[in-house]
Amino acid sequence: MIHALGAGVLFGIGLWLSGMANPRKVLDFLDVAGDWDPSLLLVMAGAVAVTATFFRPILKRRPMEFRKEIDLPLVVGAGIFGIGWGIGGYCPGPAITALSNLTLEPLVFVAAMIAGGLLARIPHSAGPGR
Amino acid sequence: MLIGLASVWLLSANGRVAGISGILHGMFAQPPADRPWRLLFLVGLIAAGFAWHLFVAPAQPRAGFGLGWAAAAGLLVGFGTRVGGGCTSGHGVCGLGRFSLRSLVAVAIFMATGMASTYVMRHVL
Repeated sequence: MIHALGAGVLFGIGLWLSGMANPRKVLDFLDVAGDWDPSLLLVMAGAVAVTATFFRPILKRRPMEFRKEIDLPLVVGAGIFGIGWGIGGYCPGPAITALSNLTLEPLVFVAAMIAGGLLARIPHSAGPGR
Repeated sequence: MLIGLASVWLLSANGRVAGISGILHGMFAQPPADRPWRLLFLVGLIAAGFAWHLFVAPAQPRAGFGLGWAAAAGLLVGFGTRVGGGCTSGHGVCGLGRFSLRSLVAVAIFMATGMASTYVMRHVL
């Protein structure tokens, strides 16, 4: 349990340190047609370099089931998520840690995000993905 | 790299994938069996923000972004991550880290539509 808390803190610090928690910077990254700021690409590469190194031995020791299928819900869901990401500059992690700004914007976003997730349950009662 | 390390930590200690959207949506899913670790992770995520503002840099909230847009964006992100089974962390950091083709496809799609909607927001509207 304490590991979940610690991992959450570390993840959050990573989001702030990298600038991912700043929606302006995220939008500068997504705005390839404007004054493009590619620095978050390095953040992503750094994070994936770490998981790519350590996930394999962990999963070898303790195998887990992962979904593999590339189906319509994956494509449509990822597409809709991206549209929302590009509007607000928030994906789920940054939005949640930005609640600490104590402003309405992340609060409204997170509340709507929870509502959106519940809405998706109505046609897809199969349970959480992955 | 801290984000990657945090993901490795959660997988190694708890056997869970650090997909933030999945952790959040799971809070509201049935059965509620594994809510405590999800809640703790989310609390840690928010606590990190408070600590950052306290010790490193004060919060610099964005001004002039309408709450209506925030609500619309949140709905799309919540719905999309639920249907698509992941977000930037689950498909991005964790999925790519285990060389999942499914996640690679998801990342390519949400990067593309994210760039498209940012383009519309900044250069068309």
